[in-house]
Amino acid sequence: MDTFKPHISIQKLNVFYEQHHVLKDITVDIPEKRITAIIGPSGCGKTTLLKSLNRLIDLIEGVKVSGKVLVNGVNIFDNGIDITDIRKKVGLIAQMPNPLPMSVYDNVAYGPRIHWAKDRRELDQTVEHCLQAVGLWSEVKERLKEPASRLSAGQQQRLCLARALAVKPEVLLCDEPTSALDPISGRQIETQLLTLKRDYTIVFVTHVLRQARRLADYVIFVYLGELVEHGPAQTVFTQPSDPRTRAYIEGVFG
Amino acid sequence: MDRRKLEEDFFRGLMLLSTIIVVGSLLAVFAVVLLKGAPALTLSMLTQTPKGGYYLGKEGGILNAIIGSLYLAAGATVLAFLLGLPVALYLREYAGRSRFASLTRLSLDVMWGIPSIVYGAFIFVIMLYVGARASLLWGIITVALFLLPIMTRAMDEVMKMTPFRLREASYALGSTRLETVMKVVSRQALPGILTAVLLAFSRGIGDAASVLLTAGYTDFIPRSLLDPVATLPLAVFFQIGSPFPEVQQRAYASGIILLGLVLLVSIASRLSTKKFMKYVIR
Repeated sequence: MDTFKPHISIQKLNVFYEQHHVLKDITVDIPEKRITAIIGPSGCGKTTLLKSLNRLIDLIEGVKVSGKVLVNGVNIFDNGIDITDIRKKVGLIAQMPNPLPMSVYDNVAYGPRIHWAKDRRELDQTVEHCLQAVGLWSEVKERLKEPASRLSAGQQQRLCLARALAVKPEVLLCDEPTSALDPISGRQIETQLLTLKRDYTIVFVTHVLRQARRLADYVIFVYLGELVEHGPAQTVFTQPSDPRTRAYIEGVFG
Repeated sequence: MDRRKLEEDFFRGLMLLSTIIVVGSLLAVFAVVLLKGAPALTLSMLTQTPKGGYYLGKEGGILNAIIGSLYLAAGATVLAFLLGLPVALYLREYAGRSRFASLTRLSLDVMWGIPSIVYGAFIFVIMLYVGARASLLWGIITVALFLLPIMTRAMDEVMKMTPFRLREASYALGSTRLETVMKVVSRQALPGILTAVLLAFSRGIGDAASVLLTAGYTDFIPRSLLDPVATLPLAVFFQIGSPFPEVQQRAYASGIILLGLVLLVSIASRLSTKKFMKYVIR
């Protein structure tokens, strides 16, 4: 049996959009250097939970949060916290590939450029290294100056992954990172994530149970804003303790 | 007889008619200006300043007004851009949907509706108060004032089109608001911003009323910001009021030059927009 060391600790997290109570009293630990899957039907708060972990929900107007999210023991919702610092540590891969309006090279170099002044050679190395880490280097090394929007959707998503890695995060949040891709590109991303978990804590949202089974070490099941069940993937998938989890896994609802 | 088909045909005819009237008016303007002005359009019109007796039909050209208009419109566009861009960025990324933001937008929309002669009169009052003479500088200030709402609102609308996911991508990498605005939003909006700037330039170069009181008129090319300056719209205005047919003809020739400049800017704007569209995310 695996042992899990917590990296992120969510304590009594409540999120409201205006009057709407989206997340209710979520308390759960996310293990370090493992892949954690947040599963559940659409519209039950999975993405909100994910985006709470680097405070991207701050961008939504009318959002209210109570409770704590500790990353390495530091509550990211504390007042004095530097929000850019949190997002540097906790990166995000969005559902739709979202390259920035610039070249392939500049996309990957964006993070390093804003966070630490680097000389050109070091920057070149970082870009090459990160593109290689996502298996994109051989495909784009002749096209670094081209607009990122000219890459295929699958390549764009891997570019976004490389761009997130360039910031040197500890945690990668992935919001259904393969749902907008064709099966082959989707599989490529999955392979990358399995490799990356050696060095990063990965949290991903999915409503594809087969994908959660393929990737996850740890599973969090969210339903209607509540945390129903969480535990090692093996346990949750084979012996769910809550009847709702069992019903969801058996495909009674989705 | 099918009533619905008749309806369809009737309204289609109506739309076609409207379209013909619109396009036709444009062509008619071109035709009149070209036909009346072309005989007087000589090289010396473009290359010489008015010589003695020019307004009586003697030698010379309107280089003073061409250069003057370019100086004035360029200066005003730059000034309006420098003031307008921060306002647009602030409205978009910092002020959000606050009352202050909507009040600012409302003010800009009201400013948009103010006729340019009113701006001219307003600045003229200030000039009288401080005891300033009509000059390039005051002309630039007046025109910039009336370009400001056009430019700011256009940039505001263009930046509104920036997809949320781009801003999210930028913030997710740990950008500050300023970085998001300067490196991502304005980059995505660059073609639109450029269009806004060139649109403003065209409006600025063609306006007569705002500079009538503030920029003065002269036969010379201004050497400093404090010199009075001639502009093309006023050159047209003064020449067309002349009793001499050959001078009136030159008014139309000046009109051709003004139209040509505006057309040139418009084409340049199309071309450059295409070039900067390359990196834009759709």
